[in-house]
Amino acid sequence: MRRANLIKSSAFRLTLLYMILFGTSVLGLLAFIYLSTIAVIDRQTEDTIDAEVRGLAEQYREQGLARLIEVIRLRSSIEGQDYYLLTDPNLRPLAGNLSAWPKEAEGAKDWVDLTVTRNSKGQEVSHDVRAQLFTLSGGYRLLVGRDTHERTNIRSIVVKALGWSVAAAVGLGLVGGIVISRRMLRRVEHVARTSQGIMAGDLSRRMAVTGSGDEFDRLATSLNAMLDQIERLMTGMRLATDSLAHDLRSPLTRLRGRIELALRQPPQAARDREALADVLRQAELALSTFDSLLKIAMAEAGVGAADLRVIDLAAVARDAAELYEPVAEEAGIRLRIETQGGAMVRAQPELLAQSITNLIDNAVKNTPSGGEITVAVGLSRSSVTLRIGDTGPGIPAVDRQRVLDRFVRLEESRSTPGAGLGLSLVAAVAKMHGAQLHLGDAGPGLVITLIFPIAASAHDSAEWRAVTEA
Amino acid sequence: MRILMIEDDAETADYLRKGLGESGHVADHAATGPDGLSMALAGTYDALIVDRMLPGLDGLTLIKSLREQKVPTPVLILSALGQVNDRVRGLKAGGDDYLIKPFAFSELLARLEALARRGGAEDAVATRLMIADLEMDLLARTVRRGGRKIDLQPREFRLLEYLMRHAGHVVTRTMLLEGVWDYHFDPQTNVIDVHISRLRGKIDKGHAAPLLHTVRGAGYSLRAPS
Ligand SMILES: Nc1ncnc2c1ncn2[C@@H]1O[C@H](COP(=O)(O)OP(=O)(O)OP(=O)(O)O)[C@@H](O)[C@H]1O
Ligand SMILES: [Mg+2]
Repeated sequence: MRRANLIKSSAFRLTLLYMILFGTSVLGLLAFIYLSTIAVIDRQTEDTIDAEVRGLAEQYREQGLARLIEVIRLRSSIEGQDYYLLTDPNLRPLAGNLSAWPKEAEGAKDWVDLTVTRNSKGQEVSHDVRAQLFTLSGGYRLLVGRDTHERTNIRSIVVKALGWSVAAAVGLGLVGGIVISRRMLRRVEHVARTSQGIMAGDLSRRMAVTGSGDEFDRLATSLNAMLDQIERLMTGMRLATDSLAHDLRSPLTRLRGRIELALRQPPQAARDREALADVLRQAELALSTFDSLLKIAMAEAGVGAADLRVIDLAAVARDAAELYEPVAEEAGIRLRIETQGGAMVRAQPELLAQSITNLIDNAVKNTPSGGEITVAVGLSRSSVTLRIGDTGPGIPAVDRQRVLDRFVRLEESRSTPGAGLGLSLVAAVAKMHGAQLHLGDAGPGLVITLIFPIAASAHDSAEWRAVTEA
Repeated sequence: MRILMIEDDAETADYLRKGLGESGHVADHAATGPDGLSMALAGTYDALIVDRMLPGLDGLTLIKSLREQKVPTPVLILSALGQVNDRVRGLKAGGDDYLIKPFAFSELLARLEALARRGGAEDAVATRLMIADLEMDLLARTVRRGGRKIDLQPREFRLLEYLMRHAGHVVTRTMLLEGVWDYHFDPQTNVIDVHISRLRGKIDKGHAAPLLHTVRGAGYSLRAPS
C-alpha cells in the first residue's frame, strides 16, 4: 500500500522523468566525447602513417631499394607500435616485421584495418592495426601500419564511464526520488491527517507551517486562514444560539405564567378575552425580541458580510431621518440633517438603515420637548462619519460600554417602551461593517459616532446600481 | 376569493383555512409540492399561498414551474427564512409577495387581498387615480380634493398613492414600510401612525366624510364614503 502510494506520487514520477532526462544527456555527452576523440586519434594515426610512407618513398626514390630495405629493417627492429612490410611485385616479403602480405590487404586499395598476431615473450598476442598500402615504382609494395590499441583503450574507458554514470544516474535518481516523494507525501499526509482530525470535531487543529515559505507552507497558511474563519463563524454562531436560548427563556416564562394565571381563575368571558389579548401582545413581544436577537447574532457572527454593497450613507441617513421627522415634530423636537455627497460605504443597506433608525429612535425617546436632534454625515479621505447627536440627558461615561450589551436599559428609561436591544444591534452592525462606534458627550446630550471606511470605487457603485435596477 | 394553500404544516393550514373562511374566502389545501403544483395548474384560484419548504418539491421550484407554464395567479410566499437574500430569491422565482413566519393573520389577509386585486385590475399604467372626490394626477404629481389643491411632500405623495392603489382594502403598517419606504423591518416607535395622521390632516380635514380610516388591529384603509 505504502509502496504503491510512493510510486503513484507525482513527486516520484517527476524524479523518474528527471532521471531519464539526466541519463540520456549523460549518454549523449559521452557519445559525443567518444566520437570526437576517436576521430582525432584516427586522424593522428593516419597522419603519422602518411608521413612515414612519404618518407620511405622518398628514400627509395633518392637512394634506391637497398637503402629502403636497410631503413625498414632498422625501423622494424625497434619493438613498438609500428608495422612495416616491403614486398616485390609478387608480394614476396623483402623486409619488415610482418611475415607475409596480410590477406585483408590483398584486394584493398590504400587504407586497411588488420589483425596481426605477434609473438611476444612466447605468447601469441593479436593487435588491431591500421595500415596504408603503397605501390613504389618498379611494382614494389609497401605496407606501413600502426597499432590502434589506444583507440580501443579509449573506447573501453568511455564504455566503462558510460556504465558508471548511467548506474549513478539511476541510483541517485531513485534515492532522490524516494527521499523527495517521502518528504512530500509526509506533508500531504500531515494535511490529510489534520483535516481528518478537524472533521472528527477538533476545530482547533491547524496545519504545520515549516517556515520555509514553499508551496506547502503557502497551502498550509491559506488552509489555516480558512479554518480560522470557519472557527470564528462557528464560535459566533454557538455563542449566538446559546445566548438566544438563554434570552428567550424570560419572555417565554412570562408568557407561560400569564396563561397559567388566567387558567387558574374561574372562566369569565370578558376576563379571558383580556388575558388572550395580553398573551398575544406578549407573544408578539417575544417574537420581535427573537427577531432582534437573531439579527444581532447574525451580524455579530458576520453572516452576510460577504455580500455588502457600495451605497450612499447620506441617502440612507436622510431616509431614516425623514421617517422619524413627523414623530420628532409631534414631540416638539427639531430634527436637523446635514449631509455631504459621496459618502459611499460598503454596507448591507437594510441593516444600516435599521441601525440608523434605532439611533434616531433612541434620540427621539430621550430628548425632551424643545430639544434638537442632529443627524450628520461627513467624510474625510479615508472614512465616512455618521454622527447622531441630541440634547437629552446623555449617557454617563461609566455606562457607555454597558448600554451596548443586550437588554441593558438605564434606570431613567424604564418608563419608556423598549427591549434594550437597539444599541446592541448598532454595535453588531458596526462590527460587521468594520466601523468604529463611539458614544460621547454632546454637552448636554448624547452623541453617537460611527466611522466607516470609505468605499471610493465609483465602479462598485455603478455595479450596485445595475444590480438594483435589474 | 378562492385561495390555494400549499403548506405542509397541518396546524398552520387549518388555522389559515378557518381564518380565511371567517373572512369570506374559500381555501383549498395541498400538503406537498407535487400535489400543490397539479392543483394550481388544474384549478382557477385568485391567489396562492406557498410555503418555501415543502416535501417533494420546494416552494420556489413550484413557483418557477407555474410561471413557466404561464400560470399568472398571484403568489404569496410564506417562509421562516427572513434574510434579505431569501426574500430577493423568492421574488425572483416569480413570487409576488413574501411574508415571514410567524405572521399576524391580519397581515396575511391584507396582503392576500392586495395581491388578488392586483391580479385582476390592470391599472398600473393609469395616470390618474380617483377615490370619491379625491384625485391624484400621477404625471403632474398633484392631488386635489373637491377641486382644491393639496400640497404634499414627496413621501406623503407616495404614501397616498400606495393607499389609493389599494383603495377599499386594508393596508398594514409593514406593507406601507415596504411599499413606501422599502424598509423590511419594523422601527420600534410607530412612526407610520404619525405619517398617516399627518396625511389625514391634509386630505380629510375640513371634509365631512373622511376617506382615510384606521382599521383596528390591522392597519389603514382608504375608501369612499358609502
Ligand atoms: N440618545 C440617548 N440619550 C440618553 N440615553 C440613551 C440614548 N440612547 C440610548 N440610551 C440609553 O441606552 C439604553 C439602551 O438603548 P437601546 O436602544 O439599546 O435600548 P432601548 O432603546 O431601551 O430599547 P429598544 O431600542 O430595544 O427599543 C436605553 O434604555 C437608554 O437608557
Ligand atoms: Mg433603542
